[in-house]
Amino acid sequence: MIIQKQKAFEEIMSALEGEEKVFIFGCADCATACKTGGEDELAQMKQKLEEQGKQVTGTYVLDTACLSGEVRKRGKELKEQLDASDSVLVLACGTAVQTIGDGLEVIAHPGVDSLFIGNVVRLGKYVEKCSACGKCILEETGGICPVTRCAKGLMNGPCGGYSPDGKCEVDPEQDCAWLLIYERLRERGKLGWMETVKDPKDYSTVSSPRTLVWEHKKEAEDK
Amino acid sequence: MSNFSEALQSGKFVVTGEIGPPKGTNVEQMFEEAEHLRGKVAAINVTDIQSSVMRVSSLAVCIKLREMGLEPVLQMVCRDRNRLALQSDLLGAAIWGIENVLCLTGDHVSLGDHKEAKGVFDLDSVTLLKAANTLASGKDMAGNDLDGTPSFFTGAVVSPASEPVEPQIIKMKAKVEAGAKFFQTQAVYDPQQMEDFMKKVSGFGVPVLAGIVLLKSAGMAKFMNSNVAGVQVPDALIEEMASVGKKERKKKSVEIAARLIKQMKDCCNGVHIMPLGWDSLVPKLLDQAGL
Repeated sequence: MIIQKQKAFEEIMSALEGEEKVFIFGCADCATACKTGGEDELAQMKQKLEEQGKQVTGTYVLDTACLSGEVRKRGKELKEQLDASDSVLVLACGTAVQTIGDGLEVIAHPGVDSLFIGNVVRLGKYVEKCSACGKCILEETGGICPVTRCAKGLMNGPCGGYSPDGKCEVDPEQDCAWLLIYERLRERGKLGWMETVKDPKDYSTVSSPRTLVWEHKKEAEDK
Repeated sequence: MSNFSEALQSGKFVVTGEIGPPKGTNVEQMFEEAEHLRGKVAAINVTDIQSSVMRVSSLAVCIKLREMGLEPVLQMVCRDRNRLALQSDLLGAAIWGIENVLCLTGDHVSLGDHKEAKGVFDLDSVTLLKAANTLASGKDMAGNDLDGTPSFFTGAVVSPASEPVEPQIIKMKAKVEAGAKFFQTQAVYDPQQMEDFMKKVSGFGVPVLAGIVLLKSAGMAKFMNSNVAGVQVPDALIEEMASVGKKERKKKSVEIAARLIKQMKDCCNGVHIMPLGWDSLVPKLLDQAGL
């Protein structure tokens, strides 16, 4: 899930300067789970914008705002309201802002900051476990990701910065990922892996912008 | 071959020192500190943007030290440069005749004075060791041939006082595999702990220099205990520092360090003294330690 938080209202107002009529999009997936762009948040934003003298032409919570097909389909249904708007405020992730902006050819303002791919511990607590680094090594590391959960993203074991209670000196709230890996591999009798020299990470896999096109789709497109 | 590597190979008890580059171009004091170490140590480490606080470059200071006839150990951290820049600077060091390189991961940027900087960590201490030794074999990390092959004497660090210490020892083994020819440890204040540690790592067959950081006050010792991972100053030493007045602190500091060196002398291959600006005390310290 894309963990996100709403931008400060002042920042949103500043982005909407000079625009009177605004349409608001939300998303039923991540934005709803993070309470940034579900039905409740859209209603609240509508009210706040109206209090500031804006005219809200409509609101809509997309099922999945990062799907181009869905965005285009809803865009057609909402064409009248969108045409009557100066711009669109998107209370969903940055992918949603661009899917909507590009797909519907509207001025799309970001209303949230996208933070990370995360795990929802419970409503209101979100933690990062995976950075989508392009080459998963969880098999070797006992299911704990050092690329994401080690503050330095180290590949070859812990630095000297852990405390006796197993916390990281960068953030004493965080566990040292490599101590967790050490404990787990020890339990599983696989500590030998830690003694070997691991190659540096291949960062060509995270060269932006990343795309994925299935081979058979590529061939079909080429034909 | 560097004098430092020869000294270690001879089996003698080896002493290294350390200086830290300043923030700014006034380097006179740092080089004065280095002069106090002349003839007393086999080599002088030059820290690399220590504690993530921006300073003069380690490589530039190492070049100057060599011009002064002092042998440097170039410290290199992985926080600020990717593999292109690290290899490039290693070759740069080589053309200035700098062979001793201490490979470290480096502190996180959030501990320093440029907290908004991007921490690089493209390589880590282990892969930097391997990279330096790959260069010394005539190739770069991508497998390309070098036109002119550097030679390096590469080392690494380890923290004998870390708890748990096993992950440190496991990583130490990987560092040896990656080409570490010597180790300088984080500060150690418990000789028994050092002896236990040395028993566990003697099989690696790589010389270990015990880290000695001069205690400046009881407050500094307490600060290190709470803020520096892998450093534990026993209460008895804190009390000993607190037992003397401000004027007597340097004398007491030297006395404690000399005692520690004597107690650890038989279990390790040397000591790495980090005077943190009190370099003028090093000759007296070595005298008292019987070195």
